[in-house]
Amino acid sequence: MTRGMTQETSALPEPHEQVDTRREVIALADNIAIQKDVRPSGRRGEHLPPIICAEKFSLYYGRKVGVRNITMDIQPCCVTAIIGPSGCGKSTFLRSINRMNDLIPHVRTEGLLTVNGVDVNDKRVNLVNLRQQVGMVFQKPNPFPKSVYDNVAYGPRLQGVRWRPVLNELVEQSLRDAALWDEVKDDLHKSALSLSGGQQQRLCLARALATKPKVLLMDEPCSAIDPIATGKIEDLIDQLCDRYTIVIVTHNMQQAARVSEHTAFFCLGDLIEFGPTETLFTNPSEKATEDYITGRFG
Amino acid sequence: MNTQPSLSEADRTPEPGAYARTRFRGLVRLGDPLFYGLTLGCAALIIVVTGWLVSQLYIHSAEARHELGWRFLISQNWDPVAGDFGALPFIFGTLVTSVVALLMAAPLGVGTAIFLAEMTPRRLSSFLAFLVDLLAAVPSVIYGLLGIFLLVPLLSSTVVPAMQKVVGFLPIFSGSFFGVSLFSASLVLVIMVVPFIVSISREVLLAVPVEQREASFALGSTHWETVWKVVLPCARRGIYASVFLALARALGETMAVTMVIGNNPQITKSLLAPGYTIAAVVANEFTEATGDLYLSALIELGLVLFGITFVINGLARLLILATGKGLYHHG
Amino acid sequence: MANLIRRRMTNAVMFSMTLICAISVIGVLFFILGYLFWNGGRYLNWDFFTKLPAPVGESGGGMANAIVGSAKLLLLATLIGAPIGLLGGIYLAEFGGRTFPFVVRYVADLLNGVPSIIVGIFAYTVVVLKVRHFSAWAGGFALGIMMIPIALRSTEEFLRQVPRNLREGALALGATRSQMILTVVVPAAMRGILSGLMLDIARVAGETAPLLFTSFGNRFWSEGFNKPTASLPVMIFTYAIGPYEDWHRQAWAAGFVLLAMVLMFNITSRLLMSWRRSR
Repeated sequence: MTRGMTQETSALPEPHEQVDTRREVIALADNIAIQKDVRPSGRRGEHLPPIICAEKFSLYYGRKVGVRNITMDIQPCCVTAIIGPSGCGKSTFLRSINRMNDLIPHVRTEGLLTVNGVDVNDKRVNLVNLRQQVGMVFQKPNPFPKSVYDNVAYGPRLQGVRWRPVLNELVEQSLRDAALWDEVKDDLHKSALSLSGGQQQRLCLARALATKPKVLLMDEPCSAIDPIATGKIEDLIDQLCDRYTIVIVTHNMQQAARVSEHTAFFCLGDLIEFGPTETLFTNPSEKATEDYITGRFG
Repeated sequence: MNTQPSLSEADRTPEPGAYARTRFRGLVRLGDPLFYGLTLGCAALIIVVTGWLVSQLYIHSAEARHELGWRFLISQNWDPVAGDFGALPFIFGTLVTSVVALLMAAPLGVGTAIFLAEMTPRRLSSFLAFLVDLLAAVPSVIYGLLGIFLLVPLLSSTVVPAMQKVVGFLPIFSGSFFGVSLFSASLVLVIMVVPFIVSISREVLLAVPVEQREASFALGSTHWETVWKVVLPCARRGIYASVFLALARALGETMAVTMVIGNNPQITKSLLAPGYTIAAVVANEFTEATGDLYLSALIELGLVLFGITFVINGLARLLILATGKGLYHHG
Repeated sequence: MANLIRRRMTNAVMFSMTLICAISVIGVLFFILGYLFWNGGRYLNWDFFTKLPAPVGESGGGMANAIVGSAKLLLLATLIGAPIGLLGGIYLAEFGGRTFPFVVRYVADLLNGVPSIIVGIFAYTVVVLKVRHFSAWAGGFALGIMMIPIALRSTEEFLRQVPRNLREGALALGATRSQMILTVVVPAAMRGILSGLMLDIARVAGETAPLLFTSFGNRFWSEGFNKPTASLPVMIFTYAIGPYEDWHRQAWAAGFVLLAMVLMFNITSRLLMSWRRSR
């Protein structure tokens, strides 16, 4: 068993190919077909081994079930969305990937959940390493009450990077990747709390990117910010998915349809259906999925 | 959109800090248990120090306790020369000054708190409460200074003669007045503890839910009736707690009392006579104590005072716990 | 109808009485401050800050050594009390539990309620008796012990106010528990902790009783920390109960300085708190 996350993915993904046309379909209700962007499935990363594997993975809070018997594989350099009604375990599953559920008392797991082949719940796993390789953006933007620079540099500093030129470059690169650089480059030392909600969320994204993770977990990243900022974040996801594996939890189905290649539908702690986004939204195999998508419940 | 370097390139370029990273991480892995132990140790240290304090009081009062036994607590005789020590005059003085002070301070404090909570707009109320808190911040020795040079002359020249004309027939106001007395000490204590009562009571009054007041008003009561019949009963426990805390504070008060009480270990029926408190005698005589028994007796007095304040504080905390509110207040 | 009139009169009367209470209390405050600043101010002169006390019976001299002595004692007290209170508060706020924190808080409140003179006795038995002389160490120790409970409770209070998602954010970036606490949580609570510390120092600065038989006093400079040390509050006490008029005047002046310092710390602390809120 390799310790921590030092194992590389075995093959290198090809650089991003431009897609000329985007077909659009999603059925919201029986009679209305709204034209939306849908990512064609299976374009990238499918020929690579999955980066995150869950095999009959369950999590319990004491007696209560968080998630139950989840079996799914997440492909690298893809965007995977997790949808479902409130309380169905989507956030729980997401947080299990980087062991954030450890913060909750009386948590118990069963089954296997691996990232890059390493079981995250193995006692020998170095949590610090894991969390640097698997970054997270939270629902409510949570920048530290420090400057923009210090926020982004926080992760690298934890890793021991001290040399200023390297830090400067890392900070700039991360802020560019998060499409925030132009807005803050004039004053990197102003307080992060003086940014708007959408900017703060992008700052949190930059902060997560600064540790150069392989996987980016996003827990309803747009639910606390306005629609225009939401659009910016979705564009970012689009740009970032070449280099990062992104798993996004969202209760906004249209968003899931727009940004992701694979979608998982959770309900009451169970994984009901998992498949290519296009298929799940146009031709779901489970009735429950269809009911949810068409708004009959949830 | 720029073409970004792919995953592989970014990983191939080693960072200058790479070596520092692994070495640093090794240190950091030690960090967590070390930090936990350090903070745990400090938290535990508080328990240790307090226990140590009590044990030191106990140990160093041993000589007096063995020599004098329970007689210590009921004897009125304080005679260092003869080696006979009795705590009763000091316990008497401590209790009397504090209780009399509280009898005056409680209505004054609660009245002020009612005024600040009910009659003033919120911003003015906060500002005035802040001023009252400043009163609480004034050091004890300064109250003593004002006591000696202002209060005592004022009392002996104007106030007490006037008082004695009116209520001089009462035994507690009988006898001649020389300025320094139990009464003067009580008055100084009143000024010192009122701020505590005011600030805690005001908070408790403000915490009474607005729905309660609305219900009372809706039934046609006057403002005062609402306060007296609804708000005060609701805030009762918190106000009692504040009074207990003020009492505990008054019992332990040293400097201001020492400077105006007259330093006479006697039990009198008149408040106008000089007296002595435990804290005052320790302050005055500790450095003059000749002989181990004398010192030990003083320390035993300290132990008694500790016991009294411990009980009163405990009662106050119990009251606070019973209200379900955390009434922790700085200072 | 008569009933209503009676009730309204009661209302007016009772509230007037509360007004009188409030006026008395606040009036006393202004009076104390005013009188002290006026009476102390007029006896304050340059000598006060620069000269040593004159020989007993002679007039003149100042309290330079007492000012320096107080500073030394406060420094020692802060060095002893602040770290223990701070770290203990971190434990209570971050590492939790049910019984142990409850006991610690209860004992801290107990220690807070101990009369200061008894803390002085404790310092006496622990320090002075062992080395057989008075010293700044003993005085600083006594004051330090008094600082611990408030530092502990206020640190805990302000750390608890730091929102949970900040901690999660730090952990998700790979911080260890101690890194998260030291680099994110404590800095976020720093203003509150500092303001609590200032209040703590202000309270301890005015304490006299514990110093009476620990640092005791000194009419001359005390080198280092191992000698009896003069302090402002003790000087005020000694001079106020002394027989000399000149001493009384100097006591007022010293009272002015002490009160000014204490109030300054208090007001700065509150300003720090409210400035924090407006950010």
